[in-house]
Amino acid sequence: MMAGSPPVLTETTVVLVLVALLLAPLAIAGLALVNAGLGRSRSAAQSLLGSLALVAVAAIVFALVGATFAGTSGGASHAFSLAGKPWNWLGAGPAFLSGLNSAPARAQLEVLFEFLAVALAALIPWGSGADRLRLAAGCAVAAVMAAIAFPLLVHWTWGGGWLAQLGVNFSLGAGFVDPAGAATVHVLGGLSALVVVWIAGPRKGKFPQGGFATAMPGHNAIYILFGCLLALAGWLAFNVAGALLWVHAPLSALPGAAIDTLLSASGALAATFVITRVRFGKPDASLCANGWLAGLVASSATAAVVSPIAALFVGIVAGILTPLLVEVLELAVSIDDPSGAITVHAAGGLWGLIAAGIFSGQAGQFLAQLVGIAALLGLMLPLVYLLCWLLNRVVPFRVESDGERIGMDLHELGGGAYPEFVIHRDDSYR
Amino acid sequence: MKFAGLLVMPAGFFLSIAALVLFPATNPAARGGFVLCGLAVEALGLVVAVRGHMEAQGKSAL
Repeated sequence: MMAGSPPVLTETTVVLVLVALLLAPLAIAGLALVNAGLGRSRSAAQSLLGSLALVAVAAIVFALVGATFAGTSGGASHAFSLAGKPWNWLGAGPAFLSGLNSAPARAQLEVLFEFLAVALAALIPWGSGADRLRLAAGCAVAAVMAAIAFPLLVHWTWGGGWLAQLGVNFSLGAGFVDPAGAATVHVLGGLSALVVVWIAGPRKGKFPQGGFATAMPGHNAIYILFGCLLALAGWLAFNVAGALLWVHAPLSALPGAAIDTLLSASGALAATFVITRVRFGKPDASLCANGWLAGLVASSATAAVVSPIAALFVGIVAGILTPLLVEVLELAVSIDDPSGAITVHAAGGLWGLIAAGIFSGQAGQFLAQLVGIAALLGLMLPLVYLLCWLLNRVVPFRVESDGERIGMDLHELGGGAYPEFVIHRDDSYR
Repeated sequence: MKFAGLLVMPAGFFLSIAALVLFPATNPAARGGFVLCGLAVEALGLVVAVRGHMEAQGKSAL
């Protein structure tokens, strides 16, 4: 079947979206830097090489497999009928991107957006597996995400699938709204991070028997904080391009979308700054970075959908939740997530999706967002867990004990990121 | 235990979908209630999965 056709883009809009998408890789670069900085110095080169490798693997697998199932809005798709309603569940695009060069500009831009989005999504679990996830396993997880989980979600949300059609079929507002990948990129990536952490287990010495969790701070605050600044530029690009492509916002709404993005990140940073200042006596740089990113992630759902004041509120709530949830996950639930991706991307994205429903002002929109969240938690998390559990049988996720001791750089690459530095002994191995 | 929790989560999803199919748009309260129940089931499944993870780590329950 063919889904309803989206509006044709004017030449100005095409140029604008293309320019924005050419800036979007800054978000990928920023996240890669944040991941490297939050890991240990002896795994920094593996982290950044892994980021490059994961982007490459995700792009290749998406081109070969995922893009066909993701499809484009208005493109061919598979659907079944239930209770008198069509349930469009899988894209049926051309294999291997054939004919893409002669496709309409909108279709080409949508595919480009999806390529960048899958690359960003692939990096999220990589940061959570820092210091013990093997490079081959990271690439395998990226491949599975790009081939199966991401295309399914993209089709449901952006490709005219059943979530996007909730408004038409069940009178739920405008259907599930995800303007810039809060669900397809961040919640999916965050849930994948949870799965990777579950399967790989914590870093050695993180949770000693009968003791408190050991603090393992990131090795380079400059990477982390500069990565956050780079990410802002990339997020502005993603949110502006997404507003035009996926929610069909007019050009006049774009400055507002960019302002929403900045306000959300700013509100989140301010809230995390204050909370960590009150709790610890001084603001915590890595938690503030996580707060900033959580604000950006929440803006992926709300930019171009809510007012600037609402965006600020959304950011503040994200910034309050972030340091508290990071602490709960580590101390109460024994989850070792070095990059905080589960909190930043999964929780931040879920909050953004809920906020988009609350502040959109459209009847039924809140319920549409809840149904989308139900699909993410109820289908995607078990699916990703099953896939990764099977994958772990073939490509073990966790590095050997010796590799963890000497560091992923030496173990996997044969050389460190900082060869002139003295490598200090880690107290956790005494 | 982790697998049990993860198996419960799709049940919550199908409960949410059933709400859309069973209740008309003119009854948003019932629809919303059922969808929330579905999410609650998913949350329970997640809690069970997390507790399974904690047991594997040798920690006390939530």
